[in-house]
Amino acid sequence: MKRNMIERIANCYSAFLLTGTLLLSFTAKGQTTTLEASMQRGKTIYVQRCVACHQPDGGGVPHMNPPLDGASAVKGKDKFRLIQVIVKGMTDRVEIDGEFYSNNMAPHADLTDQQVADVLTYIRNNWSNKAGAVTPAEVKAARAKLK
Amino acid sequence: MYKSISLFLLVACVACDSTAGDTLQHRKPITVLPDSNNAGLKLPNGFSALKVAENMGRARHIAVNQQGDIYVKLERKLNGNGIMYLRDLNKDGRTEEVNGFGNYTGTGIAIHKGYLYASSDEEVFRYKLNDKGEVENREAPEKIITGLINRRQHASKSITLDNNGNIYVNIGAFSNSCQEKDRQTGSMGMNPCPILDSAGGVWQFKANVLNQTYANGVRYATGLRNVVGLDWNTQTNKLFVTQHGRDQLNNLFPQYYDDKANAELPAETMYEINPGDNAGWPYAYFDNQQNKLILAPEYGGDGKKAPTTSFKVPDMAFPAHMAPNALLFYTGNQFPARYKNGAFIAFHGSWNRFPLPQEGFYVAFIPFENGKPTGKWEVFANGFSGVEVVNNLRAVAHRPCGLAQGPDGSLYVSDDNKGSIFRIMYQGNQ
Ligand code: HEC
Repeated sequence: MKRNMIERIANCYSAFLLTGTLLLSFTAKGQTTTLEASMQRGKTIYVQRCVACHQPDGGGVPHMNPPLDGASAVKGKDKFRLIQVIVKGMTDRVEIDGEFYSNNMAPHADLTDQQVADVLTYIRNNWSNKAGAVTPAEVKAARAKLK
Repeated sequence: MYKSISLFLLVACVACDSTAGDTLQHRKPITVLPDSNNAGLKLPNGFSALKVAENMGRARHIAVNQQGDIYVKLERKLNGNGIMYLRDLNKDGRTEEVNGFGNYTGTGIAIHKGYLYASSDEEVFRYKLNDKGEVENREAPEKIITGLINRRQHASKSITLDNNGNIYVNIGAFSNSCQEKDRQTGSMGMNPCPILDSAGGVWQFKANVLNQTYANGVRYATGLRNVVGLDWNTQTNKLFVTQHGRDQLNNLFPQYYDDKANAELPAETMYEINPGDNAGWPYAYFDNQQNKLILAPEYGGDGKKAPTTSFKVPDMAFPAHMAPNALLFYTGNQFPARYKNGAFIAFHGSWNRFPLPQEGFYVAFIPFENGKPTGKWEVFANGFSGVEVVNNLRAVAHRPCGLAQGPDGSLYVSDDNKGSIFRIMYQGNQ
């Protein structure tokens, strides 16, 4: 029973990690990018802070927590707003890609500029998403405005 | 040949209806044929199922009238309507006619003594039913309760009624655990929790009085985070509720709870409610491994300390996070005798057990003896999710959300993910 449980945890983790690893092996060819390192750190933060609500596949929980995979805002150009969501949280009842969500997202203000940049870079480039990285400098600038 | 059999059954059925005796019910021949694959469900021996309807949107709770037609409360409008009325014109068990009405969305719906009751996330309405079980004045319901708090989270106002003219309304807490900052790591609990004044409990109102507000209602029980499932037990004259326990012990207090602890704590719970009961939310939760109430970490707990105040202990505990969205006492005669006066629970399914697989997504049965749960429970109808193991919610097909009993004793289950309505029947030997 106990062993079974541990195996299930392990399977679940490895399925989840696989996505990231595949992606890394792409970029790793030739260039050891800062993107790669940022993604790796971002994944760790995602697992600690975000996965419960947004789920391992970034698909979210229907009507409760929005998907990040395929979300137009996550893939979009407005990095300021994404930084704001992480630093200030999000509790307004707004439509996201045609749906409303009932849960509250708490602020993650204790994350450093680097960590916010990493986790955003991760969600913008994981699953089917492909969008520009977020840099610590961008987070720093946004935070100054959000004060 | 086939035709004449079904015609014969139809006639037999009509004849049976006119004699209408409760004791005769179990002899009523069933004319409705199940789907060949039992609508994809796994059921105990002798049971079968069919899909009555699909694509009914975010079908929350359901009610079935004496004619076997179905009212579905929607959490989001479908073709501009918040309630769907599904009719089976040729009595094959499947919906042929769909009519919508109601300009509000919500969860709660119930039929009681000639009225259809339905809730938005702030109000409760009722409609007079005619002798065909139909709502005649669809656009002019009586507003019986108004001004209930809706802060998005846990906004569903589930309802049930007793036989003494009262209606009971779940007013879920608009918070996970009454932290100063909802769902923020390490944020401590507000003490006393101000949410409990207007939410986090069950309120009792009169079923036939118009425009009641909090001032007219009674806080019947408190310390209940969100009891999406509730039903009146007509055998014992008691309210029973099923609570969604708090989330994210590991994210919010990682110093006390690892991922595995969070996946398995706290228990989802069922209570038999007496007026004035306090089940302890947000101050305490029930730990089904230590088998006792534990002080919440927001209030100084460490996963081991017991609360110093005494709170109600659940009558039944279930695995964590499975989200019991509907409770139904089975009073019909179609199912084998052991099901009578037992409870069915629709588990919506968890999202907060990572890295373990998610659990629930089934209808469970809880046998009762002498009006009390036996402490045992079993999976009754499984297979809603359509996948063996749920690691991602996006992969899930159906999520059980509402339950209703049909006039012939069939059990109906609604799914708020794809909008399917299932009907489960017993066709084995008694
Ligand atoms: C408690 C659950 C929860 C956690 C934990 C959580 N989120 Fe959210 N997130 C939500 C909800 C709910 C919304 C939408 C809120 C609304 O509609 O007001 C949201 C919105 C977002 C959005 C905006 C999506 C869009 O398309 O506009 C982003 C980006 C996001 N979250 C990223 C993250 C990241 C990154 C983390 C981890 C650092 C995280 N979330 C942790 C629940 C959560």
